[in-house]
Amino acid sequence: MNAISNAAIESAALRSDRFRMEREADWQRLENIVVRMEKGRLRGISDEDLLALPGLYRTVASSLSIARETSLDAATLGYLESLVQRAWFVVYGPRSSLWEWLRGFLGGGWSRAVRGIGFEIGIALLVMVAGAVVGWLLVSHDPEWYFALMGREMAGERVPGASAEALRGTIFGNTEKTGMSIFAAQLFSNNAQVSILAFALGFALGIPSLLLLVHNLAGLGAMGWVYWKAGLLLDFAGWISIHGTTELFAILLSGAAGLHVGRAIAFPGNRPVLAATAEAGRRAAVVMVGVVLMLVVAALLEGFARQLVDQTPARLAVGGFMLLAWSAYFFAYRGRAGR
Amino acid sequence: MKRRVNQGRSGKQRVLVTPEGIALPVTVAGRGARVGALILDLLIIVMLIIGTSIALMQIAGGAAQIAQAVDGKGAGAQALQFLIVVWIVAMFLFRNAYFLYFELGPRGATPGKRMTGIRIAARDGGRLTAEMVIARNLLRDIEMFLPIPLIAMAGPDNGLAWLAAAGWLAIFLLFPLFNRDALRAGDVIAGSWVLERPKQKLEAAMTTSEAPVAEGFQFRFEDHELAVYGEFELQALERVLREDRTDAVETVYQTIAEKIGRNDGWGAERRFLSDYYTQLRARLEAGMRMGRRKADKHSNS
Repeated sequence: MNAISNAAIESAALRSDRFRMEREADWQRLENIVVRMEKGRLRGISDEDLLALPGLYRTVASSLSIARETSLDAATLGYLESLVQRAWFVVYGPRSSLWEWLRGFLGGGWSRAVRGIGFEIGIALLVMVAGAVVGWLLVSHDPEWYFALMGREMAGERVPGASAEALRGTIFGNTEKTGMSIFAAQLFSNNAQVSILAFALGFALGIPSLLLLVHNLAGLGAMGWVYWKAGLLLDFAGWISIHGTTELFAILLSGAAGLHVGRAIAFPGNRPVLAATAEAGRRAAVVMVGVVLMLVVAALLEGFARQLVDQTPARLAVGGFMLLAWSAYFFAYRGRAGR
Repeated sequence: MKRRVNQGRSGKQRVLVTPEGIALPVTVAGRGARVGALILDLLIIVMLIIGTSIALMQIAGGAAQIAQAVDGKGAGAQALQFLIVVWIVAMFLFRNAYFLYFELGPRGATPGKRMTGIRIAARDGGRLTAEMVIARNLLRDIEMFLPIPLIAMAGPDNGLAWLAAAGWLAIFLLFPLFNRDALRAGDVIAGSWVLERPKQKLEAAMTTSEAPVAEGFQFRFEDHELAVYGEFELQALERVLREDRTDAVETVYQTIAEKIGRNDGWGAERRFLSDYYTQLRARLEAGMRMGRRKADKHSNS
């Protein structure tokens, strides 16, 4: 690589050009590595080069600092600036592999992020409870509200005034149903999209996120009233809770994550808005990856377990266990100290 | 240094400070390049969706025949169910994971971005983390995937809903137009931005390729003849010499010769200029080492 002979260095008239020629081999080596990494041919790079990369990056960065103070060769400065920038992209690019990241994520990163948005979780929980109560009250005053909250198609047989038998049929006796896996996949896809939406809406100061929570939970409250009328409230609770503790928890987290971002935009404290928002956004993103995972679990529970487990106590047990497990993981599990 | 900082304030040039404390000039990606990249990516996604759907349908066709042959609930029906599940999951992944997957790679760019020569980076000069990439892509939902179908669904006859959707779309889709760094909503919450990918070749050093010093200078300039110009003129001269266009060389030769009152360079204008360049640079760089800088011909020192 050292194509520039000493004679050539000697022959350069200017000290700054000699400076450049003495270091050019390093620059070229760094450029070669960077070019190969940019093209995605990681396997073509020798271990030696990979190990040398951070060192070379710092060498070239210091060359740039020196050149800025000693050289007026615009071409060299421009080249160094672009080379340092490209190397910076590579050296400070996304580093951790997916598995490594996932390990850090499950081993403490996720629960830490969830605890970090604890305040918003509290608010979102209040809003959800309020939403369910409002739904219940609205329908108990005027059953017509039920269709405003649920939509006629979605309601199906579960309408106010339906017989207890019909309602019982909607929550028991589906063990023989076919196509459970399709049902589960659809549930996951829909729920995940809704929760991503709840999070993304946080950008509008978090208010739409809350509205989405209220709307979803009002429907649930309304359904609860219908089953209560038929004396099936406990069975309904079991039917909902087997997957609902996971699913509603996930929806709660996504709403809280959206709210977290919205709060940072509205009340950045004494930091610049952009910095505060970016920090909140990154924490919320971690929560959201977890939400998607929870929704996979919820969809499996809803698609399979709810159909296969046909008794209320067992359903309540599964739901309660999931709620306990998630709570313990988020709030009691501290993970490995630091990262 | 002052000029560089001034440049940083205008246009698309920004200064980014790396963790080593080195100020790097970067160029924010143009909005045209961003839109181009997005369209390319969407085209790729649509093609992936169509390709996967067709492939799964072909397989499903086979499975359906088996299902008919063995009636109802046999292995064929199971396979069919499985295929539908695969399809649902694949669609979810195309919609949500395509950008994530590519931007988490070492190149920090989706295929569309790569084709238009841009990539994402951390705004604070630090490492681009997985959290940033996830955060910036989760917001795509309200920026694109939600409003576009909404508008298509409502249609112009459904006045109010259509207007609401269009307004919604306008806020998030046009968000990059209303801030200096062309950040979209996702960039704001992630702390990332989209930059142009630099590419510059190292050009030959001026003093060796042009005038081997062993031969000495053909033209020698006195100190007062060199003192008239500063760094700005030096770099303009460097450009002229590198481009090496006869008419430009002659024009510049005449300007300089007139300014310093010399006329002995006829017939060897290029050599005259390159000698002048080398000696001017030597003088200015010597000044730099002593902490004196002369930005252009108007500044004194």
